[in-house]
Amino acid sequence: MNPEIGHYALVLALAVAILQTVLPIWGARANDAALMRVGPSLALAFCGFVALSFAVLVSAYVRSDFSVLNVVENSHSLKPLLYRITGTWGNHEGSMLLWALVLAIFGATVALFGGNLPARLKANVLGVQGSIGVAFIAFLLLTSNPFARVIPAPAEGNDLNPVLQDIGLAIHPPLLYLGYVGFSVTFAFAVAALIDGRIDAAWARWVRPWALGAWAFLTLGIAMGSYWAYYELGWGGWWFWDPVENASLMPWLAGTALIHSAVVMEKRDALKVWTVLLAILAFSLSLLGTFLVRSGVLTSVHAFATDPTRGVFILAILVIFIGGSLTLFAARASSLRQGGIFAPISREGALVLNNLLLTAAAAAVFVGTLYPLALEATTGAKITVGPPYFNLTIGALMLPVVFAMPFGPLLAWKRGDLAGAAQRLMLAFLLGLVAAGVAAYAQGGGPALAPIGIGLAAFVFLGAVVDIAERSGIGRLPAATAFARFKGLPRAAMGAALAHAGVGVCLFGIVAETSWNHETILGAKVGDSFPVGRYELTLARVEPRTGPNYRELVGVFDIRQGGASVGSVESSKRLFTARNMPTTEAGIRTFGFSQLYVSLGDELPGGGLAIRAYWKPLVTLIWIGALIMALGGTLSLSDRRLRVGAPKPARKVAPVPKPVAAE
Amino acid sequence: MRRLRSLLAALALLVVGLTPLHAVQPDEVLADPAQEARARTLSKELRCMVCQNQSIDDSDAPLAKDLRLLVRERIRAGDDDQAVLDFLVARYGEFVLLRPTWHGANAILWTAPFLILIGGGLAIWLRARRRRAAPVAVSALTVEERRKFDELMSKSDDSITNV
Repeated sequence: MNPEIGHYALVLALAVAILQTVLPIWGARANDAALMRVGPSLALAFCGFVALSFAVLVSAYVRSDFSVLNVVENSHSLKPLLYRITGTWGNHEGSMLLWALVLAIFGATVALFGGNLPARLKANVLGVQGSIGVAFIAFLLLTSNPFARVIPAPAEGNDLNPVLQDIGLAIHPPLLYLGYVGFSVTFAFAVAALIDGRIDAAWARWVRPWALGAWAFLTLGIAMGSYWAYYELGWGGWWFWDPVENASLMPWLAGTALIHSAVVMEKRDALKVWTVLLAILAFSLSLLGTFLVRSGVLTSVHAFATDPTRGVFILAILVIFIGGSLTLFAARASSLRQGGIFAPISREGALVLNNLLLTAAAAAVFVGTLYPLALEATTGAKITVGPPYFNLTIGALMLPVVFAMPFGPLLAWKRGDLAGAAQRLMLAFLLGLVAAGVAAYAQGGGPALAPIGIGLAAFVFLGAVVDIAERSGIGRLPAATAFARFKGLPRAAMGAALAHAGVGVCLFGIVAETSWNHETILGAKVGDSFPVGRYELTLARVEPRTGPNYRELVGVFDIRQGGASVGSVESSKRLFTARNMPTTEAGIRTFGFSQLYVSLGDELPGGGLAIRAYWKPLVTLIWIGALIMALGGTLSLSDRRLRVGAPKPARKVAPVPKPVAAE
Repeated sequence: MRRLRSLLAALALLVVGLTPLHAVQPDEVLADPAQEARARTLSKELRCMVCQNQSIDDSDAPLAKDLRLLVRERIRAGDDDQAVLDFLVARYGEFVLLRPTWHGANAILWTAPFLILIGGGLAIWLRARRRRAAPVAVSALTVEERRKFDELMSKSDDSITNV
């Protein structure tokens, strides 16, 4: 397809988005039903145009159309088809177009499935969504046109940055954007509620699934990015407190707070103002993340100052949306009626504590990420805020969150019984102590914090089990009754317990990996053996190979345990010919939940290869835990009351069999 | 329960017999293990200044290697940990420290998250106190309100929408 079609579709999308911003909101203010009804059609048209534009860009990549500048800069005709497709969003312009596409799809989803929304709310929500569309499409057209042509067209492209030629990076940005942009919907709902000055439990019932979905995607996206960094960057780290990571962690923390406070709002009609504020914050932090990553401000304040067009544009978007929504919030928040009073020790109280700590943690990430930039911009002084700062502050703030986590679900709404909850958690607590004891005994003279962390992880995991056991009456009721109740538990409750268990699993992996990670760095020649953890590795052979767009040197290692061979692992160093850029492809073998990680260094002057090998105990639990969290979110999302939504007129249903035994 | 037991068993198996090894590049390692351990710890606190957000312990860059050797040289010369850090700050500025100092404006950096926590907690507490105090101030219904209330109550159920 002709690239100009894509460009033109973007221009049309901009026009539609402007109409979508103006007409429905105007309709809602003038109480004009016809104008309000235009919203969904415009949202669908917007989605169609952005999708067309995106399809055109993908097609240019697939066909290696080197008359398009973006394709020249980021693709290569020899690149495998998969990476030609994913290369579409492996660059600034393409990834912003993907951002806009996700926004458009979510807008269309609200338009299609928002049939049971009050007309005014729906109109306002679509209007706010439209305004975000205007901002981002204008940004694309004015500063980052993905369809710019180059004349004369070169015969070959510059290839995609090799570290991005990876399946992990192919799915990481879409997942992350589904999360970031998912919060645009909750943001739109929050602003719509403020415009109208009205908010109720039905609002929360609508917002909660969006927040949950966005949160689950963001969780997956962050986990995916972490695993990608782990195996692709070649030194075995899985979290670096890099500003780019922090940019995704901030909305995640705010989003985690949001899904919890939305529960309070839905069930108890309390924390309204706070929920609205969190919805605004989660998306604002998503926008901020986009700004940090896309403006170049991270590499240096000076780089930003020399080419500020894009940065200033995103900064303006940031100021308009964050400033605008917060101003609206300040003006209207007091008109939102407060409901539901509760005692400090109650489910609500626990969720307030959770919100407070998570928000403070998000603030710590925010301050730590932006303080060096602010300091350099104001005084010119350059300092670094590195992992020690984040580990200390986030650690101090997340420790109470994790410890309090099992208590929350066991407390009753309105007025809870802390002693009773503690009593029910006693078994979990004791088993946590046992786990800590076993860890302390097993590690001998290792880091003192490790057993505490293991104990805490076990406590959180078992706390979630206790929660489910308590709800279904396991141990109190006859097995058959308990099982029936277990099956009948609302999926939201199951999902919450599952997500909490996931936190325990993740913590387990984090503690084990950081405390008992075992590293061997040496120079080895073919035939040399060396120990890594409880395994012995032998460099069996070194051989050169050729891939489609790279050459590589592969080291093959035999793995032996106690003299018996347990397999082999290949690790390689690749040289991508188009950019003359090397990458390391770590060799990873998984044993149970643990991994053996081998990465090749340079050839040493005296012959042989530099080798870094790690034994990473239980490391996969970090990502498995994140997967379980996301699964919990999804399960909660499928809860009946969220699927069914607001009450509808009763349909004809089969007669419900009478319950056999009263409780 | 079985899941936990097998996890713990796996864990117990893993950690038995592990002794920590310290090596960056084979030729960099100091002979004295205690000194080498100090060098590793210090290396994790120092930034590789030409890299994006990497400590000199993590980085392959030549500058990181130079700094690692420098750290070890100072340790061998008898400097304590603080003296090594001071030496590097004097040479390269505070930019080299991954853990920001407490000097001057950096106090904001360190305290901000906790100030937000305390401030937020205080705001919630004050609000809760105000709201708990509020019900006392509720006055009895006025005559007009009483009349409206009775009127509403006397209506049949289905004329009132379910709120």
